[in-house]
Formats: sequence, structure tokens, C-alpha cells
Amino acid sequence: MGRSVLLIEDEPNIVEAISFILERDGWTVRIHSDGATATDAVARTNPDVLILDVMLPGRSGFDILKDLRRNGATANLPILMLTARGQTKDREMAESYGVSQFMTKPFSNAEMLETVRALAAEAKT
Amino acid sequence: MRDVAVGSRIRQKRLDLGLRQADLAKSVGISASYLNLIEHNRRRIGGALLTRLADALEMDPQLLSEGGSARLVEALSALGGPERADEFAGRFPDWAQFLLAQSRRITALEETISGLDDRLTHDPVLSEKMHDVLSTVSAIRSTSSILVDTPELDAEWRARFHANIDAESQRLAETSAAMAAHFDRLGQSDRDFATPLEAAYRFFDKRGFSLPEIEEPGGAAITGLLDGAPEITTPDARAQVQQMLERYAGIAEAMPLEPFVSDTNEVRHDPAALARHYNVSLEDVFLRFAHLPLRADLPEMGYVACDLAGGLTMRRAAPGFAMPRFGAACPLWPLFAALTQPGRPLRQRLTTSEGATYAAYAVAPADPISAFEGPTILQASMLLIREDAEATSTDPPHFVGASCRVCSKANCAARREGSILTRQP
Repeated sequence: MGRSVLLIEDEPNIVEAISFILERDGWTVRIHSDGATATDAVARTNPDVLILDVMLPGRSGFDILKDLRRNGATANLPILMLTARGQTKDREMAESYGVSQFMTKPFSNAEMLETVRALAAEAKT
Repeated sequence: MRDVAVGSRIRQKRLDLGLRQADLAKSVGISASYLNLIEHNRRRIGGALLTRLADALEMDPQLLSEGGSARLVEALSALGGPERADEFAGRFPDWAQFLLAQSRRITALEETISGLDDRLTHDPVLSEKMHDVLSTVSAIRSTSSILVDTPELDAEWRARFHANIDAESQRLAETSAAMAAHFDRLGQSDRDFATPLEAAYRFFDKRGFSLPEIEEPGGAAITGLLDGAPEITTPDARAQVQQMLERYAGIAEAMPLEPFVSDTNEVRHDPAALARHYNVSLEDVFLRFAHLPLRADLPEMGYVACDLAGGLTMRRAAPGFAMPRFGAACPLWPLFAALTQPGRPLRQRLTTSEGATYAAYAVAPADPISAFEGPTILQASMLLIREDAEATSTDPPHFVGASCRVCSKANCAARREGSILTRQP
């Protein structure tokens, strides 16, 4: 069975671009766009890597991150956060909540792909 | 440091212009006897009256006020620069004035920057638009990279990504236009970044705190005053000034000007006696004083009010008793002690670095509607009445400043930050 990514993002064209890049690299990509039910989607899909946007309808990515880190099943899940707000305080907040990597929009496809690969590799070791 | 030459400069200029004392007094709305006291340096002046006199004498108010004299030296010293400001001002008065003007401009620009910074940080519309722009750019960048980096892409995917870029670029154009329109609206509607309280202070200071339109019975003048005030540039500032004018109108109705002037002189400006006489609260009497005109038959006075956080909500600076425009005031003012003892009036003799001695009265009314639930709302106010030369009190006055930053008092237990007046170079 191949590696899987759950992409929680509400911008459809960003979703399509990221999905295309990752699927060409051999990843199985699942999509979710609602913040309120995000933790349920993580539990249901059990991804190898989670890509999580900060500003989502229904619930902030920061709150979702906190919940996932409190849950034993997802405490060590590799999580890449995406944000259009690149302020230092956002990065510091994400790091204090236990994010694995943090990336600001706009990002390059190569950077995205390398980061997801690295996160999965770290999780295996 | 005391500047007694303002009156002399006024007199000299008036004589140079060949104006009669009575005519000049009439043109600025004061009595000839009061102008005579000013010209003989027996009354300090400032604020709106100084501006009106400068206009009438065709002089720059700053030159009339400072004239390369002690006040100029004091203002230079307050900048915290090198020592020997007096020598500098004496030898190069024009450069000293230029330096002061630059300093004032820097302060004004800092205020504007602070306002803009608040706007950019907390403006929800701007924040949302910026998020939209970055998300759209991100989608365009990723999609276009795919098109460039994947030459083997089949026609269906290629068409799909082209359509995505087209849709996102349209969205980007619309968001950019909306942002430009938002900036345009900000520029048109909110050029003045002064707070509503600062705008209210400017409104009253410009008019000498006493408005004939409010003092006269009728009360229909408030809307006209608001409409005719160029310094009121925002709805919030208008609402703030309106609220203060309405309270002023209520005070003026309860304590009409001329009877009040007569009564306060009769009781030697005792606020408690006046409160009993008019059956009003002490804070109402304080506010009545705050809206009295400058007149020879009235003492020099000042007024300041604050909320429970210590923020100054209204101020009328008294001659020789400066009040800060920004930041926290001197914590030694009885105004703040009154907040700790609601309902108990306080009285203290105060003196300042300029040698002015005032009788200070402060009170924070006990809140009659406070309950166990809900926030505590409390305001305090302080009235300053200048002691005349015949004052007989033997209580030693307490030294107070305007704020720590421009106060030279040594070993002050209440000091929160160092003073620029005593800082070593």
C-alpha cells in the first residue's frame, strides 16, 4: 500500500495543484475542506502526512493542531501547516503547539514535495 | 523656569502697531483690565487666547509665546539633547526654533505612523483581502509551475490548469481592486489618525474651553458647533465631542456662568461650598470650572479627568502645570489617589518645576449603580486652582510633574521610567 497524505484546505485550485504534484510522486491524496470536522477526517483516513491550512471554515488550523497533539493516536503525526499569514508570531504559535513543518503561501511545488517526503522519511525512522 | 516676558512682548507689539489696549482686548474677546494684567505679566496666558492675540497682532503664536526666551530653552531641554540649551538658544535662536519645529513634526509623524500601524494590524478588511491575495497567488504559482515543469501533460489536464489560472487571475484582479478601493476610502475618510479623545481636546482647546453657544440658554447650538468644527473628522470623534458638549450644556444650565463667577469669588473658589450651594456633585463643580472663560475676575485653573485604567479622558492644562498628551501622567497627582477612595474628596497643595502652586481637589464618585455582577466603572476628576500671592496656607506643597519622562524630581518612589531631563549624554 502506498503512502497517503490528507490535505485539509478550502481553496479548490490550491487543492488541485497540490494533489496533482503529490499524486505524480506516488502519494495517495485525500481531500477535506471543513475545519469543524477535520479531526474526524484525520481519524478516519489515518494519513502518513497531514497538510493543514491555518484559515479554514468552521475551525482554525491552530485549534485542530492542538487537538491532534493532545490525542495519543496523532501526537506524532507529521503535520505540515500552510498559511497565508507569514508573521513570526504565527510560526511561533504553530511551533509551540507541536507542528512538524510550517510553510507560507505562496510556496514552490518543489519545496512542498521535498518537505512532504522529508516528513514521511523522518516518521519512518 | 518661568517666562514673564510674554506680556511685555504683547504690549510692545501692540504699541508698535498703534493699537489701543481697549481695541485689542475687544478684538480677542477679553476685558481691557484683563489685557492690562497680561501685558504687565501678572496673568499667564496660553492656548486659544494666545493664538487669538497672536492673530490680532499678526505674529506667529510660537514666537509670541517663546520669543527666544526661557520657554524656548525649556522646550529645548525637554528634547533630551546635549547640555547648555540656554547658550544654544541665545546664540542661535532661529536654529533653535527650527530644531523645535522639526521635533514637533517628528512627534506628529510618529503619531500618524502609530495610527497607521494600528490600522494595518487590526483592520479586518485588509487582513481578509491580504489572505485572499496570497491564496490566489499561491494557486497561480503552483499551477503555472506544473504547466511549465510537465511538458508531457495531457491536453485535458492542460486545459483544466489553464482554466484554473484564468479563474485565479480574475479573482486576483478583483481582490486587488477591492484593496485599492479600501485604501482609497481610508485616505478619504480618516486622514486624521488622532483618537476621538484627542480630537475632543483639540476642539475645546481651540475654543478656550468656554463656548458662548453653550453658555446661553436654548441648547440648540450643539449640532451647529459639530458641523462647523474642521478638527472633527470621524464619526467617533463627533460622537465623543457631542457627548462632552451635552454634559457641558447640563452643567451650564445647573450653574449659569455669571452667577457662578460671582458665587465662586464669594466662597474663595471652595468647590465643596459651591456644590452645596447649587446642590450638585463635586465633579459637576469641577467640570463647571473646566468650562469657565479666561477672565480677570477668575483665578487660573486646570482640570483633568481619568478612567479606572488611568487614561486621561479630558484635560485643560493650567499655566505652569503641564499635562501629558500621550502616555501616563504623574502618578503623584491626587487624581489617581482618588480612584482608590471612591466617594472621598481629596485636597492637596501641589507645586511644579515651573514654580506654580495650585490647590488641587480630586474626587472619584462612589458608583450608585454598581452591583456585585458586572464591571466596575469609575472615573476621577481633579480641579486645580492657582494660589494667589496672598495665599496664607502653611502646608508644604507636594512636588508633582507632568509625566516621568519630562520630570526631574530626584529619588521619586513613584518613578516608572528615567527622565530625559536628567539623562547623562
